[in-house]
Amino acid sequence: MASVTTTATTTGSPTPWVRLRSRLSFDWVGLVPFFAFVAVFLIFPALSIVVRALTDSAGNLTLANIAGLTNPVITLAYQNSLLVSLITAVSGSVLGGLLAWAITLGGLPGWIRSAVLSFSGVGANFAGVPLVFAFVALLGRIGLLNQLLKPTGVSIDPQTFLYGFWGLCIVYTYFQVPLMVLIMVPALEGLRKEWREAAENLGATQTQYWRYVAFPILMPAILGSAALLFANAFSTYVTATALLGAIGQTFAVTIVVANQFRTDTFGDPGLGFALAFSMMVVIGLTIALYTWSRRRAERWTRKVE
Amino acid sequence: MVTQKRPSWLAWFWLLVAFLYLFLPLVAMVWSAVTSPRGFYLDAFTDVIAAPKFAETFLFSLRSAVFTILISALLVVPTTYWVQLRMPRMRPVIEFLTVVPLVIPALLMTFGLIRFFNSVRLPNDILLTNSNEGLYVMLLGAYVIISFPFMYRAVDAGMQAVNIRALTEAAQSLGAGWFTILFRVIFPNLLVAVLNGAFITFAIVLGEFTVSSLLNQPAFSPYMLDLSSRQGDQATALGIISFVLTWACIAAIQRLGRGRARVAAV
Repeated sequence: MASVTTTATTTGSPTPWVRLRSRLSFDWVGLVPFFAFVAVFLIFPALSIVVRALTDSAGNLTLANIAGLTNPVITLAYQNSLLVSLITAVSGSVLGGLLAWAITLGGLPGWIRSAVLSFSGVGANFAGVPLVFAFVALLGRIGLLNQLLKPTGVSIDPQTFLYGFWGLCIVYTYFQVPLMVLIMVPALEGLRKEWREAAENLGATQTQYWRYVAFPILMPAILGSAALLFANAFSTYVTATALLGAIGQTFAVTIVVANQFRTDTFGDPGLGFALAFSMMVVIGLTIALYTWSRRRAERWTRKVE
Repeated sequence: MVTQKRPSWLAWFWLLVAFLYLFLPLVAMVWSAVTSPRGFYLDAFTDVIAAPKFAETFLFSLRSAVFTILISALLVVPTTYWVQLRMPRMRPVIEFLTVVPLVIPALLMTFGLIRFFNSVRLPNDILLTNSNEGLYVMLLGAYVIISFPFMYRAVDAGMQAVNIRALTEAAQSLGAGWFTILFRVIFPNLLVAVLNGAFITFAIVLGEFTVSSLLNQPAFSPYMLDLSSRQGDQATALGIISFVLTWACIAAIQRLGRGRARVAAV
């Protein structure tokens, strides 16, 4: 800091008055409305969760709220949420990745590519209540699939495939796939044809090219996208509660948080804040993983340039 | 790719798998809304549109979307403009703040809002959480925050495409004040970008459930879920309407993007 000031004076910068003016510049005033809004509606509320999670009702610092998270109802909900998020992050990445590959490098006609991209824009935003309706109409007791299967005598039991763990996985994957497509298409388009040509000139087979060249280059991008999908599924509330309804009141972490918030189900207000805080930690860690792998992905492409 | 000899049946195969998975639920939804034991019927649609509660909740969400878009644009455009023109050092901060809402679940945001506004007393001892108007203010606040990532990205990109420095200097040399510059020069030049952010905000607010349900506001999506336990086919009809509206918003954005590309090409 000191060296900066001395160089500024030795290089004969403007008169002290001008320097003072620029230091007292009121430019920041233009940003006050935005920052005030973000502070009131985002930062203070978020901080108030953190603060309440770490204090008791009298305002004394305590870890009792956090310790309460070992409640078996909560640990089970956490187990469900983490597993569903993990499974749908993988299923969404695989199916979305393959679809992204099919429309970029798979040699499909151009109109299919733009149709899939348009649909992905809609599909990634198509979560929540209508999505649940769609799956109930397909897999429900009197759903389309059961109507079609009626002549064969086979029927799909919605209690196992829809209103439960696997149902959540099936429904979540629906909005994970388009999200993955939107993230992976640019990454796949970043694969240069020179790399493929170089590999082919050296006698590499198709499989070898993917195994040793393309896949390692894409790996950080895939990992980063999967992390994003994980966070996306983990924080999903509407789809879970609309699908599970009354039978799933403690199924996922988000549902437990919402119920605690509405009616203080645990009879311990501090616990709700500890739960909310723990969700922020999980999401924060996932986003850290995403940022880290994105940086790696960028370094890869930049280096080769 | 010089040697495009890949077996593209694999691409077709995965496209088909994805197509089946992504379209069957939509087909089933439409099918269940237009069939009855008597055969084809559209009563679910006509009945639900005639229901007074539909108009009420739909208009509520519509109005909230318009307010959200106005507030969001009024906050984002001047801020982005000012940062690009005068305070480029603040850019990473703004960028960070406008990404955070993407990863903070609406559930936690609402939770925090209630907790925070429960502890803040405005002059005259008014508690926002005590009145319906207060809850509506919180709802709009949350919606505006949720819209920031989309609005900021659209506006920031739009602003990089026009030379705001030249526009500002030209306006200044003609004697325009900051207010005139912002509202008669910058805003009109960014109309497409703002509309872009507006359409996605519109789609999101219309389908939003968590915030409105936790704040007890009569919005469209909670009504849809509530209806599904009583009138399944009507609720499904609403789901279809909501899906079509989302699709229309995304289509409008793409149309806008194409329009801009054409202008840029000229």
